[in-house]
Amino acid sequence: MNTQFYTLPRISLRFVPIWKRHFLVWRKVAITSILGHLADPVIYMLGLGYGLGSLLPEMGGTSYMLFLSAGTLCYSTMNSASFEALYSGFSRMHEQRTWEAILNTPVTLDDIVLSEILWAASKSLMAGVAVLLVIWLMGMSHTLLSLWVIPLALLLGLCFAAVGLIMTALAPSYDFFMYYFTLVITPMMVLCGVFFPVAQLPLVLQQVSQLLPLTHAVDMARPLLNNSVPQNAALHLAVLVAYTLAGFYVALVLFRRRLSK
Amino acid sequence: MNTVIAVENLQKSYAGSRVVDGVSLNIRRGECYGLLGPNGAGKTTTLRLMLGLIDPDAGNLSLLGHAVPRHAREARLRIGVVPQMDNLDPDFTVAENLLVYGRYFGLHDAEIEARIPHLLEFANLTSKRDAKVPTLSGGMKRRLTLARALVNDPDIIFLDEPTTGLDPQARHLIWQRLRELTAQGKTLLLTTHFMDEAERLCHRLAILDQGRMIAEDTPRGLISQHIEPQVVEVFGEGVSAWAQSHAAKYAQRFEVSGETAFCYVSDAQPLLEHLLGHAELRYLHRPANLEDVFIKLTGREMRE
Repeated sequence: MNTQFYTLPRISLRFVPIWKRHFLVWRKVAITSILGHLADPVIYMLGLGYGLGSLLPEMGGTSYMLFLSAGTLCYSTMNSASFEALYSGFSRMHEQRTWEAILNTPVTLDDIVLSEILWAASKSLMAGVAVLLVIWLMGMSHTLLSLWVIPLALLLGLCFAAVGLIMTALAPSYDFFMYYFTLVITPMMVLCGVFFPVAQLPLVLQQVSQLLPLTHAVDMARPLLNNSVPQNAALHLAVLVAYTLAGFYVALVLFRRRLSK
Repeated sequence: MNTVIAVENLQKSYAGSRVVDGVSLNIRRGECYGLLGPNGAGKTTTLRLMLGLIDPDAGNLSLLGHAVPRHAREARLRIGVVPQMDNLDPDFTVAENLLVYGRYFGLHDAEIEARIPHLLEFANLTSKRDAKVPTLSGGMKRRLTLARALVNDPDIIFLDEPTTGLDPQARHLIWQRLRELTAQGKTLLLTTHFMDEAERLCHRLAILDQGRMIAEDTPRGLISQHIEPQVVEVFGEGVSAWAQSHAAKYAQRFEVSGETAFCYVSDAQPLLEHLLGHAELRYLHRPANLEDVFIKLTGREMRE
Protein backbone atom coordinates (compact mmCIF):
# COMPACT_ATOMS: atom_id res chain seq x y z
CA MET A 1 0.00 0.00 0.00
CA ASN A 2 1.53 3.26 -1.12
CA THR A 3 0.01 6.19 0.73
CA GLN A 4 1.42 8.65 -1.80
CA PHE A 5 -1.23 7.54 -4.25
CA TYR A 6 -3.87 9.05 -2.00
CA THR A 7 -2.49 12.53 -1.41
CA LEU A 8 -4.75 15.35 -2.58
CA PRO A 9 -4.16 16.79 -6.05
CA ARG A 10 -1.41 19.40 -6.20
CA ILE A 11 -2.76 22.06 -8.48
CA SER A 12 -0.45 24.41 -10.35
CA LEU A 13 -0.39 26.53 -13.47
CA ARG A 14 1.84 23.97 -15.15
CA PHE A 15 -1.27 22.59 -16.84
CA VAL A 16 -1.29 25.61 -19.17
CA PRO A 17 1.38 24.41 -21.65
CA ILE A 18 -0.35 21.03 -21.87
CA TRP A 19 -3.69 22.68 -22.53
CA LYS A 20 -1.99 24.73 -25.24
CA ARG A 21 -0.63 21.54 -26.76
CA HIS A 22 -4.11 20.05 -26.99
CA PHE A 23 -5.40 23.30 -28.45
CA LEU A 24 -2.68 23.30 -31.13
CA VAL A 25 -3.67 19.76 -32.14
CA TRP A 26 -7.33 20.79 -32.19
CA ARG A 27 -6.59 23.84 -34.33
CA LYS A 28 -5.39 21.56 -37.10
CA VAL A 29 -8.78 19.85 -37.28
CA ALA A 30 -10.86 22.81 -36.08
CA ILE A 31 -13.25 23.01 -39.01
CA THR A 32 -14.19 19.33 -38.87
CA SER A 33 -14.55 19.57 -35.12
CA ILE A 34 -16.81 22.62 -35.24
CA LEU A 35 -18.97 21.08 -37.96
CA GLY A 36 -19.36 18.03 -35.75
CA HIS A 37 -20.40 20.16 -32.78
CA LEU A 38 -23.04 21.84 -34.97
CA ALA A 39 -24.30 18.94 -37.08
CA ASP A 40 -25.12 16.54 -34.27
CA PRO A 41 -27.48 18.81 -32.30
CA VAL A 42 -29.05 20.25 -35.45
CA ILE A 43 -29.93 16.76 -36.65
CA TYR A 44 -31.46 15.90 -33.28
CA MET A 45 -33.36 19.11 -32.89
CA LEU A 46 -34.68 19.18 -36.43
CA GLY A 47 -35.42 15.49 -36.64
CA LEU A 48 -36.98 14.92 -33.27
CA GLY A 49 -38.13 18.48 -32.78
CA TYR A 50 -40.17 18.68 -35.99
CA GLY A 51 -41.05 15.01 -36.08
CA LEU A 52 -42.19 14.53 -32.50
CA GLY A 53 -42.86 18.21 -31.98
CA SER A 54 -45.72 18.17 -34.48
CA LEU A 55 -47.40 15.41 -32.46
CA LEU A 56 -46.62 17.02 -29.09
CA PRO A 57 -47.52 20.64 -29.37
CA GLU A 58 -46.39 21.41 -25.84
CA MET A 59 -44.20 19.86 -23.14
CA GLY A 60 -43.40 21.16 -19.69
CA GLY A 61 -45.08 24.45 -20.56
CA THR A 62 -43.00 25.19 -23.69
CA SER A 63 -42.86 24.10 -27.30
CA TYR A 64 -41.36 20.63 -27.65
CA MET A 65 -38.61 22.10 -29.76
CA LEU A 66 -37.48 24.39 -26.92
CA PHE A 67 -37.90 21.58 -24.39
CA LEU A 68 -35.70 19.35 -26.53
CA SER A 69 -33.12 22.04 -27.16
CA ALA A 70 -32.19 22.26 -23.47
CA GLY A 71 -31.82 18.49 -23.35
CA THR A 72 -29.77 18.44 -26.55
CA LEU A 73 -27.47 21.15 -25.27
CA CYS A 74 -26.68 19.18 -22.10
CA TYR A 75 -26.45 15.85 -23.88
CA SER A 76 -24.16 17.23 -26.56
CA THR A 77 -21.94 18.84 -23.90
CA MET A 78 -21.78 15.59 -21.91
CA ASN A 79 -20.86 13.58 -24.99
CA SER A 80 -18.17 15.97 -26.05
CA ALA A 81 -16.36 15.80 -22.70
CA SER A 82 -16.81 12.05 -22.46
CA PHE A 83 -15.35 11.29 -25.89
CA GLU A 84 -12.39 13.57 -25.27
CA ALA A 85 -11.64 12.19 -21.80
CA LEU A 86 -12.04 8.56 -22.81
CA TYR A 87 -10.88 8.07 -26.39
CA SER A 88 -8.54 11.02 -26.87
CA GLY A 89 -7.27 10.82 -23.30
CA PHE A 90 -6.48 7.14 -23.67
CA SER A 91 -4.72 7.83 -26.94
CA ARG A 92 -2.51 10.44 -25.28
CA MET A 93 -1.80 8.27 -22.25
CA HIS A 94 -1.38 4.91 -23.96
CA GLU A 95 -1.13 4.94 -27.75
CA GLN A 96 0.91 8.05 -28.45
CA ARG A 97 2.76 8.07 -25.10
CA THR A 98 2.27 11.82 -24.93
CA TRP A 99 2.00 11.65 -21.15
CA GLU A 100 5.23 9.70 -20.90
CA ALA A 101 7.03 12.43 -22.84
CA ILE A 102 5.53 15.15 -20.66
CA LEU A 103 6.36 13.33 -17.42
CA ASN A 104 10.06 13.54 -18.26
CA THR A 105 9.81 17.32 -17.89
CA PRO A 106 9.17 19.25 -14.66
CA VAL A 107 5.42 18.73 -15.18
CA THR A 108 3.75 16.19 -12.88
CA LEU A 109 0.97 13.66 -13.34
CA ASP A 110 -1.36 15.88 -11.30
CA ASP A 111 -0.80 18.65 -13.85
CA ILE A 112 -1.46 16.27 -16.74
CA VAL A 113 -4.74 14.97 -15.30
CA LEU A 114 -5.90 18.50 -14.55
CA SER A 115 -5.05 19.55 -18.10
CA GLU A 116 -7.03 16.60 -19.49
CA ILE A 117 -10.09 17.64 -17.49
CA LEU A 118 -9.79 21.28 -18.46
CA TRP A 119 -9.22 20.46 -22.10
CA ALA A 120 -12.20 18.07 -22.29
CA ALA A 121 -14.28 20.76 -20.59
CA SER A 122 -13.05 23.24 -23.17
CA LYS A 123 -14.37 20.96 -25.90
CA SER A 124 -17.67 20.81 -23.99
CA LEU A 125 -17.76 24.55 -23.85
CA MET A 126 -17.39 24.68 -27.62
CA ALA A 127 -20.13 22.08 -28.04
CA GLY A 128 -22.44 23.97 -25.68
CA VAL A 129 -21.84 27.28 -27.43
CA ALA A 130 -22.47 25.61 -30.80
CA VAL A 131 -25.87 24.35 -29.67
CA LEU A 132 -26.72 27.72 -28.14
CA LEU A 133 -25.93 29.37 -31.47
CA VAL A 134 -28.26 26.98 -33.23
CA ILE A 135 -30.97 27.72 -30.66
CA TRP A 136 -30.52 31.45 -31.22
CA LEU A 137 -30.42 31.16 -34.99
CA MET A 138 -33.59 29.08 -35.00
CA GLY A 139 -35.19 31.85 -33.00
CA MET A 140 -36.15 29.61 -30.08
CA SER A 141 -34.60 31.67 -27.34
CA HIS A 142 -32.71 34.89 -27.36
CA THR A 143 -32.82 36.25 -23.89
CA LEU A 144 -29.81 37.34 -21.87
CA LEU A 145 -30.61 34.68 -19.32
CA SER A 146 -29.83 32.02 -21.91
CA LEU A 147 -26.19 33.14 -21.83
CA TRP A 148 -25.89 31.41 -18.45
CA VAL A 149 -25.91 28.05 -20.20
CA ILE A 150 -22.36 28.85 -21.35
CA PRO A 151 -20.78 28.54 -17.89
CA LEU A 152 -23.17 25.67 -17.24
CA ALA A 153 -21.75 23.84 -20.28
CA LEU A 154 -18.25 24.36 -18.90
CA LEU A 155 -19.21 22.95 -15.51
CA LEU A 156 -21.00 20.01 -17.08
CA GLY A 157 -17.90 19.41 -19.18
CA LEU A 158 -15.64 19.43 -16.11
CA CYS A 159 -17.99 16.99 -14.42
CA PHE A 160 -18.11 14.44 -17.24
CA ALA A 161 -14.43 14.82 -18.03
CA ALA A 162 -13.49 14.06 -14.43
CA VAL A 163 -15.85 11.10 -14.18
CA GLY A 164 -14.86 9.84 -17.64
CA LEU A 165 -11.16 9.87 -16.77
CA ILE A 166 -11.86 7.22 -14.14
CA MET A 167 -12.70 4.92 -17.05
CA THR A 168 -9.59 5.99 -18.94
CA ALA A 169 -7.46 5.16 -15.90
CA LEU A 170 -9.00 1.68 -15.70
CA ALA A 171 -9.14 0.89 -19.42
CA PRO A 172 -7.01 -1.93 -20.83
CA SER A 173 -8.00 -0.91 -24.37
CA TYR A 174 -10.45 1.24 -26.33
CA ASP A 175 -13.06 -1.56 -26.33
CA PHE A 176 -13.53 -1.05 -22.61
CA PHE A 177 -15.19 2.31 -23.24
CA MET A 178 -18.18 0.62 -24.85
CA TYR A 179 -19.34 -0.41 -21.36
CA TYR A 180 -19.29 3.15 -20.17
CA PHE A 181 -21.21 4.50 -23.15
CA THR A 182 -23.75 1.67 -23.08
CA LEU A 183 -24.21 1.43 -19.32
CA VAL A 184 -23.70 5.03 -18.20
CA ILE A 185 -24.04 7.59 -20.97
CA THR A 186 -26.99 6.10 -22.86
CA PRO A 187 -29.10 5.44 -19.72
CA MET A 188 -28.49 9.03 -18.66
CA MET A 189 -29.84 10.23 -21.97
CA VAL A 190 -33.06 8.37 -21.20
CA LEU A 191 -33.31 9.00 -17.45
CA CYS A 192 -32.26 12.62 -17.11
CA GLY A 193 -35.01 14.49 -18.90
CA VAL A 194 -33.31 15.04 -22.24
CA PHE A 195 -36.25 13.94 -24.42
CA PHE A 196 -39.17 13.94 -21.93
CA PRO A 197 -39.77 15.14 -18.37
CA VAL A 198 -38.34 13.02 -15.58
CA ALA A 199 -41.82 13.08 -13.98
CA GLN A 200 -42.99 10.64 -16.66
CA LEU A 201 -40.71 7.94 -15.25
CA PRO A 202 -41.72 5.41 -12.55
CA LEU A 203 -40.98 6.71 -9.08
CA VAL A 204 -37.91 4.51 -8.53
CA LEU A 205 -36.33 5.73 -11.74
CA GLN A 206 -37.15 9.30 -10.81
CA GLN A 207 -35.17 8.81 -7.63
CA VAL A 208 -32.27 7.30 -9.56
CA SER A 209 -32.47 10.23 -11.92
CA GLN A 210 -31.94 12.65 -9.03
CA LEU A 211 -28.55 11.05 -8.37
CA LEU A 212 -27.31 11.56 -11.92
CA PRO A 213 -25.40 14.70 -12.83
CA LEU A 214 -27.03 15.15 -16.23
CA THR A 215 -30.46 15.61 -14.57
CA HIS A 216 -29.17 18.56 -12.60
CA ALA A 217 -27.66 20.17 -15.66
CA VAL A 218 -30.90 19.75 -17.64
CA ASP A 219 -32.88 21.20 -14.72
CA MET A 220 -30.71 24.32 -14.95
CA ALA A 221 -30.53 24.65 -18.73
CA ARG A 222 -34.25 24.28 -19.41
CA PRO A 223 -35.51 27.28 -17.39
CA LEU A 224 -32.53 29.38 -18.50
CA LEU A 225 -33.44 28.85 -22.14
CA ASN A 226 -37.07 29.57 -21.29
CA ASN A 227 -36.11 32.88 -19.72
CA SER A 228 -36.66 31.96 -16.10
CA VAL A 229 -34.35 31.51 -13.12
CA PRO A 230 -33.86 27.84 -12.23
CA GLN A 231 -35.19 26.56 -8.92
CA ASN A 232 -32.82 24.84 -6.51
CA ALA A 233 -29.88 26.19 -8.45
CA ALA A 234 -27.54 25.75 -5.46
CA LEU A 235 -28.41 22.06 -5.19
CA HIS A 236 -27.88 21.47 -8.90
CA LEU A 237 -24.55 23.25 -8.87
CA ALA A 238 -23.46 21.41 -5.74
CA VAL A 239 -24.16 18.02 -7.34
CA LEU A 240 -22.18 18.91 -10.47
CA VAL A 241 -19.27 20.29 -8.44
CA ALA A 242 -19.28 17.23 -6.17
CA TYR A 243 -19.10 14.85 -9.14
CA THR A 244 -16.29 16.93 -10.62
CA LEU A 245 -14.16 16.93 -7.48
CA ALA A 246 -14.78 13.29 -6.64
CA GLY A 247 -14.11 12.24 -10.25
CA PHE A 248 -10.87 14.22 -10.37
CA TYR A 249 -9.61 12.70 -7.14
CA VAL A 250 -10.55 9.10 -7.94
CA ALA A 251 -9.18 9.34 -11.49
CA LEU A 252 -5.92 10.83 -10.21
CA VAL A 253 -5.43 8.08 -7.62
CA LEU A 254 -6.06 5.46 -10.30
CA PHE A 255 -3.66 7.11 -12.75
CA ARG A 256 -0.97 7.33 -10.06
CA ARG A 257 -1.33 3.61 -9.43
CA ARG A 258 -1.43 2.72 -13.11
CA LEU A 259 1.65 4.75 -14.04
CA SER A 260 3.73 3.61 -11.06
CA LYS A 261 4.02 0.17 -12.63
CA MET B 1 32.50 18.16 -5.66
CA ASN B 2 32.05 17.21 -9.24
CA THR B 3 29.55 14.42 -8.74
CA VAL B 4 26.29 15.22 -10.52
CA ILE B 5 24.53 11.89 -10.04
CA ALA B 6 24.86 10.06 -6.74
CA VAL B 7 23.00 6.81 -6.20
CA GLU B 8 23.33 4.78 -3.05
CA ASN B 9 21.97 1.30 -2.48
CA LEU B 10 18.91 1.80 -4.67
CA GLN B 11 16.22 -0.86 -4.39
CA LYS B 12 12.92 -1.45 -6.13
CA SER B 13 10.67 -4.51 -6.20
CA TYR B 14 7.59 -5.29 -8.26
CA ALA B 15 5.26 -7.99 -7.01
CA GLY B 16 7.93 -9.47 -4.79
CA SER B 17 10.74 -9.62 -7.34
CA ARG B 18 13.72 -7.29 -7.00
CA VAL B 19 14.08 -5.32 -10.21
CA VAL B 20 16.74 -3.00 -8.85
CA ASP B 21 18.79 -4.54 -6.08
CA GLY B 22 21.31 -2.35 -4.32
CA VAL B 23 22.61 -0.21 -7.18
CA SER B 24 25.17 2.43 -6.17
CA LEU B 25 26.99 4.75 -8.52
CA ASN B 26 28.57 8.17 -8.74
CA ILE B 27 28.74 10.02 -12.03
CA ARG B 28 30.91 13.07 -12.57
CA ARG B 29 30.19 16.15 -14.62
CA GLY B 30 31.10 15.71 -18.27
CA GLU B 31 31.18 11.96 -18.03
CA CYS B 32 29.43 9.57 -20.38
CA TYR B 33 28.31 6.70 -18.21
CA GLY B 34 26.77 3.53 -19.58
CA LEU B 35 24.37 1.09 -18.00
CA LEU B 36 24.73 -2.26 -19.73
CA GLY B 37 22.66 -5.31 -19.14
CA PRO B 38 20.50 -7.96 -20.73
CA ASN B 39 16.78 -7.32 -21.15
CA GLY B 40 15.12 -7.10 -17.76
CA ALA B 41 18.35 -6.24 -15.94
CA GLY B 42 16.74 -3.15 -14.41
CA LYS B 43 18.27 -0.44 -16.62
CA THR B 44 15.06 1.37 -17.52
CA THR B 45 13.71 1.04 -13.99
CA THR B 46 16.92 2.62 -12.68
CA LEU B 47 16.42 5.57 -15.05
CA ARG B 48 12.78 5.94 -14.01
CA LEU B 49 13.82 5.94 -10.36
CA MET B 50 16.42 8.61 -11.06
CA LEU B 51 13.82 10.80 -12.75
CA GLY B 52 11.54 10.44 -9.74
CA LEU B 53 8.80 8.85 -11.85
CA ILE B 54 8.60 5.93 -9.44
CA ASP B 55 9.56 5.82 -5.79
CA PRO B 56 12.36 3.53 -4.58
CA ASP B 57 11.74 1.03 -1.80
CA ALA B 58 15.08 2.01 -0.29
CA GLY B 59 18.24 3.93 -1.10
CA ASN B 60 19.35 7.49 -1.69
CA LEU B 61 19.30 9.40 -4.94
CA SER B 62 20.65 12.82 -5.67
CA LEU B 63 20.80 14.60 -9.02
CA LEU B 64 22.62 17.92 -9.31
CA GLY B 65 22.23 18.25 -5.55
CA HIS B 66 18.47 17.69 -5.61
CA ALA B 67 17.20 14.78 -3.52
CA VAL B 68 15.03 12.51 -5.66
CA PRO B 69 12.11 11.71 -5.57
CA ARG B 70 11.34 14.56 -3.12
CA HIS B 71 12.78 17.27 -5.37
CA ALA B 72 12.54 15.40 -8.65
CA ARG B 73 10.77 18.31 -10.36
CA GLU B 74 13.68 20.66 -9.70
CA ALA B 75 16.09 17.98 -10.92
CA ARG B 76 14.09 17.35 -14.10
CA LEU B 77 14.31 21.03 -14.95
CA ARG B 78 18.00 20.43 -15.69
CA ILE B 79 17.67 16.99 -17.32
CA GLY B 80 16.91 15.95 -20.88
CA VAL B 81 15.51 12.52 -21.68
CA VAL B 82 15.70 10.43 -24.84
CA PRO B 83 13.23 7.63 -24.14
CA GLN B 84 13.44 4.10 -25.49
CA MET B 85 10.12 4.32 -27.36
CA ASP B 86 9.30 7.20 -29.63
CA ASN B 87 6.83 9.57 -28.09
CA LEU B 88 7.03 12.54 -30.41
CA ASP B 89 3.76 14.30 -31.12
CA PRO B 90 2.60 12.84 -34.46
CA ASP B 91 0.17 15.70 -35.08
CA PHE B 92 2.94 18.29 -35.06
CA THR B 93 5.75 19.37 -37.31
CA VAL B 94 9.38 19.04 -36.27
CA ALA B 95 9.55 22.65 -35.06
CA GLU B 96 6.20 22.44 -33.26
CA ASN B 97 7.42 19.41 -31.34
CA LEU B 98 10.32 21.45 -30.02
CA LEU B 99 8.19 24.49 -29.23
CA VAL B 100 5.51 22.55 -27.38
CA TYR B 101 8.06 20.53 -25.42
CA GLY B 102 10.05 23.59 -24.42
CA ARG B 103 6.94 25.09 -22.86
CA TYR B 104 6.75 22.22 -20.37
CA PHE B 105 10.00 23.55 -18.90
CA GLY B 106 8.43 26.94 -18.36
CA LEU B 107 10.34 28.51 -21.24
CA HIS B 108 8.79 31.41 -23.11
CA ASP B 109 7.92 30.94 -26.77
CA ALA B 110 10.45 33.57 -27.86
CA GLU B 111 13.24 31.79 -25.97
CA ILE B 112 12.37 28.45 -27.55
CA GLU B 113 11.98 29.95 -31.03
CA ALA B 114 15.46 31.39 -30.66
CA ARG B 115 16.88 27.95 -29.82
CA ILE B 116 15.06 25.98 -32.52
CA PRO B 117 17.46 26.80 -35.41
CA HIS B 118 20.46 25.59 -33.35
CA LEU B 119 18.64 22.46 -32.25
CA LEU B 120 17.62 21.67 -35.82
CA GLU B 121 21.15 22.20 -37.04
CA PHE B 122 22.52 19.94 -34.32
CA ALA B 123 20.03 17.25 -35.32
CA ASN B 124 20.62 17.70 -39.09
CA LEU B 125 16.94 18.53 -39.46
CA THR B 126 17.05 22.13 -40.65
CA SER B 127 15.43 21.25 -43.97
CA LYS B 128 12.72 19.24 -42.16
CA ARG B 129 11.61 22.09 -39.93
CA ASP B 130 8.03 22.06 -41.20
CA ALA B 131 7.76 18.34 -41.95
CA LYS B 132 5.20 16.35 -39.99
CA VAL B 133 6.60 13.67 -37.70
CA PRO B 134 5.02 10.66 -39.48
CA THR B 135 6.93 11.59 -42.67
CA LEU B 136 10.33 11.31 -40.92
CA SER B 137 12.60 8.26 -41.11
CA GLY B 138 13.52 6.33 -37.97
CA GLY B 139 16.89 8.06 -37.76
CA MET B 140 15.33 11.51 -38.15
CA LYS B 141 12.82 10.77 -35.42
CA ARG B 142 15.61 9.73 -33.07
CA ARG B 143 17.54 12.89 -33.87
CA LEU B 144 14.44 14.97 -33.26
CA THR B 145 13.96 13.19 -29.94
CA LEU B 146 17.57 14.06 -29.09
CA ALA B 147 17.02 17.70 -30.10
CA ARG B 148 13.85 17.74 -27.99
CA ALA B 149 15.84 16.48 -25.00
CA LEU B 150 18.16 19.48 -25.41
CA VAL B 151 15.44 22.13 -25.62
CA ASN B 152 15.96 23.11 -21.96
CA ASP B 153 19.79 23.15 -22.35
CA PRO B 154 20.12 20.39 -19.74
CA ASP B 155 23.18 19.54 -17.64
CA ILE B 156 22.40 15.83 -17.68
CA ILE B 157 20.96 13.79 -20.54
CA PHE B 158 19.43 10.36 -20.03
CA LEU B 159 19.39 8.17 -23.11
CA ASP B 160 17.51 4.89 -22.96
CA GLU B 161 18.80 2.72 -25.81
CA PRO B 162 19.30 5.72 -28.09
CA THR B 163 20.24 3.81 -31.25
CA THR B 164 18.07 0.69 -31.05
CA GLY B 165 16.47 0.05 -34.43
CA LEU B 166 18.68 2.44 -36.39
CA ASP B 167 20.79 1.63 -39.44
CA PRO B 168 24.60 2.01 -39.16
CA GLN B 169 24.69 5.46 -40.80
CA ALA B 170 22.05 6.79 -38.42
CA ARG B 171 23.83 5.28 -35.42
CA HIS B 172 27.13 6.86 -36.33
CA LEU B 173 25.52 10.27 -36.62
CA ILE B 174 23.94 9.88 -33.18
CA TRP B 175 27.27 8.77 -31.71
CA GLN B 176 29.03 11.78 -33.18
CA ARG B 177 26.42 14.07 -31.65
CA LEU B 178 26.68 12.42 -28.26
CA ARG B 179 30.44 12.91 -28.28
CA GLU B 180 29.90 16.58 -29.08
CA LEU B 181 27.62 16.85 -26.07
CA THR B 182 30.19 15.39 -23.68
CA ALA B 183 32.78 17.70 -25.20
CA GLN B 184 30.48 20.58 -24.22
CA GLY B 185 30.58 19.34 -20.65
CA LYS B 186 27.16 17.67 -20.57
CA THR B 187 26.83 14.54 -18.49
CA LEU B 188 25.37 11.56 -20.32
CA LEU B 189 23.80 8.50 -18.79
CA LEU B 190 22.91 5.93 -21.38
CA THR B 191 21.56 2.42 -21.37
CA THR B 192 22.37 0.12 -24.22
CA HIS B 193 22.86 -3.47 -25.13
CA PHE B 194 25.15 -2.63 -28.01
CA MET B 195 28.64 -3.32 -26.75
CA ASP B 196 30.36 -1.39 -29.52
CA GLU B 197 28.26 1.62 -28.63
CA ALA B 198 29.22 1.37 -24.98
CA GLU B 199 32.88 0.80 -25.81
CA ARG B 200 33.06 3.80 -28.13
CA LEU B 201 31.04 6.30 -26.16
CA CYS B 202 31.30 5.59 -22.47
CA HIS B 203 34.04 6.80 -20.20
CA ARG B 204 32.85 4.37 -17.58
CA LEU B 205 30.16 1.78 -17.45
CA ALA B 206 28.33 -0.54 -15.15
CA ILE B 207 27.09 -3.99 -16.03
CA LEU B 208 23.72 -4.80 -14.52
CA ASP B 209 22.24 -8.24 -14.20
CA GLN B 210 19.02 -9.10 -12.41
CA GLY B 211 18.98 -5.69 -10.77
CA ARG B 212 22.51 -5.94 -9.38
CA MET B 213 25.63 -4.11 -10.49
CA ILE B 214 28.11 -6.87 -11.18
CA ALA B 215 30.97 -4.76 -12.55
CA GLU B 216 31.93 -1.12 -12.97
CA ASP B 217 34.98 0.36 -14.69
CA THR B 218 36.23 1.99 -17.88
CA PRO B 219 35.65 -0.16 -20.98
CA ARG B 220 39.38 -1.00 -21.13
CA GLY B 221 39.52 -1.62 -17.41
CA LEU B 222 36.64 -4.08 -17.63
CA ILE B 223 38.32 -5.94 -20.48
CA SER B 224 41.72 -6.18 -18.84
CA GLN B 225 40.27 -7.04 -15.46
CA HIS B 226 37.77 -9.69 -16.48
CA ILE B 227 39.07 -11.35 -19.57
CA GLU B 228 42.11 -12.66 -21.45
CA PRO B 229 43.35 -10.12 -24.00
CA GLN B 230 42.83 -12.20 -27.15
CA VAL B 231 40.02 -14.25 -28.56
CA VAL B 232 40.09 -16.88 -31.26
CA GLU B 233 36.67 -17.86 -32.52
CA VAL B 234 36.85 -21.28 -34.11
CA PHE B 235 34.01 -22.53 -36.27
CA GLY B 236 33.25 -25.10 -38.93
CA GLU B 237 32.56 -28.81 -39.33
CA GLY B 238 33.23 -30.82 -36.14
CA VAL B 239 34.14 -27.86 -34.00
CA SER B 240 32.65 -29.24 -30.80
CA ALA B 241 34.62 -32.50 -31.08
CA TRP B 242 37.77 -30.48 -31.74
CA ALA B 243 37.06 -28.25 -28.74
CA GLN B 244 36.52 -31.20 -26.39
CA SER B 245 39.86 -32.73 -27.24
CA HIS B 246 42.13 -29.76 -28.02
CA ALA B 247 40.85 -26.41 -26.87
CA ALA B 248 41.90 -26.75 -23.23
CA LYS B 249 45.51 -27.31 -24.29
CA TYR B 250 45.80 -23.99 -26.10
CA ALA B 251 43.32 -21.69 -24.39
CA GLN B 252 43.12 -20.52 -20.78
CA ARG B 253 39.38 -20.63 -21.13
CA PHE B 254 36.98 -21.73 -23.86
CA GLU B 255 33.26 -21.95 -24.44
CA VAL B 256 31.30 -23.68 -27.15
CA SER B 257 28.17 -21.85 -28.22
CA GLY B 258 26.25 -23.27 -31.15
CA GLU B 259 28.70 -23.78 -34.01
CA THR B 260 31.48 -21.68 -32.52
CA ALA B 261 34.20 -22.34 -29.96
CA PHE B 262 35.33 -19.13 -28.23
CA CYS B 263 38.93 -19.54 -27.07
CA TYR B 264 40.26 -16.90 -24.66
CA VAL B 265 44.06 -16.66 -24.68
CA SER B 266 46.94 -14.43 -23.62
CA ASP B 267 49.07 -15.63 -26.51
CA ALA B 268 47.23 -16.84 -29.58
CA GLN B 269 50.27 -18.04 -31.51
CA PRO B 270 50.35 -21.73 -30.42
CA LEU B 271 46.60 -22.07 -31.07
CA LEU B 272 46.84 -20.47 -34.50
CA GLU B 273 49.69 -22.77 -35.45
CA HIS B 274 47.69 -25.76 -34.29
CA LEU B 275 44.69 -24.63 -36.33
CA LEU B 276 46.81 -24.59 -39.50
CA GLY B 277 46.72 -28.37 -39.26
CA HIS B 278 42.90 -28.43 -39.18
CA ALA B 279 41.75 -27.35 -42.63
CA GLU B 280 38.10 -28.16 -41.85
CA LEU B 281 38.05 -25.43 -39.19
CA ARG B 282 37.99 -21.74 -39.85
CA TYR B 283 38.78 -19.09 -37.29
CA LEU B 284 38.70 -15.42 -36.43
CA HIS B 285 41.47 -13.96 -34.30
CA ARG B 286 40.64 -10.66 -32.59
CA PRO B 287 41.36 -8.66 -29.46
CA ALA B 288 38.95 -9.23 -26.57
CA ASN B 289 36.12 -6.72 -26.40
CA LEU B 290 33.37 -5.64 -24.10
CA GLU B 291 30.97 -8.21 -25.49
CA ASP B 292 33.28 -10.96 -24.25
CA VAL B 293 33.24 -9.43 -20.79
CA PHE B 294 29.49 -9.03 -20.91
CA ILE B 295 28.93 -12.64 -21.97
CA LYS B 296 31.35 -13.90 -19.35
CA LEU B 297 29.62 -11.99 -16.58
CA THR B 298 25.99 -12.42 -17.59
CA GLY B 299 26.11 -15.82 -19.33
CA ARG B 300 25.03 -16.97 -22.74
CA GLU B 301 21.47 -17.95 -21.96
CA MET B 302 18.67 -15.93 -23.50
CA ARG B 303 16.93 -13.49 -21.19
CA GLU B 304 13.27 -13.10 -21.80
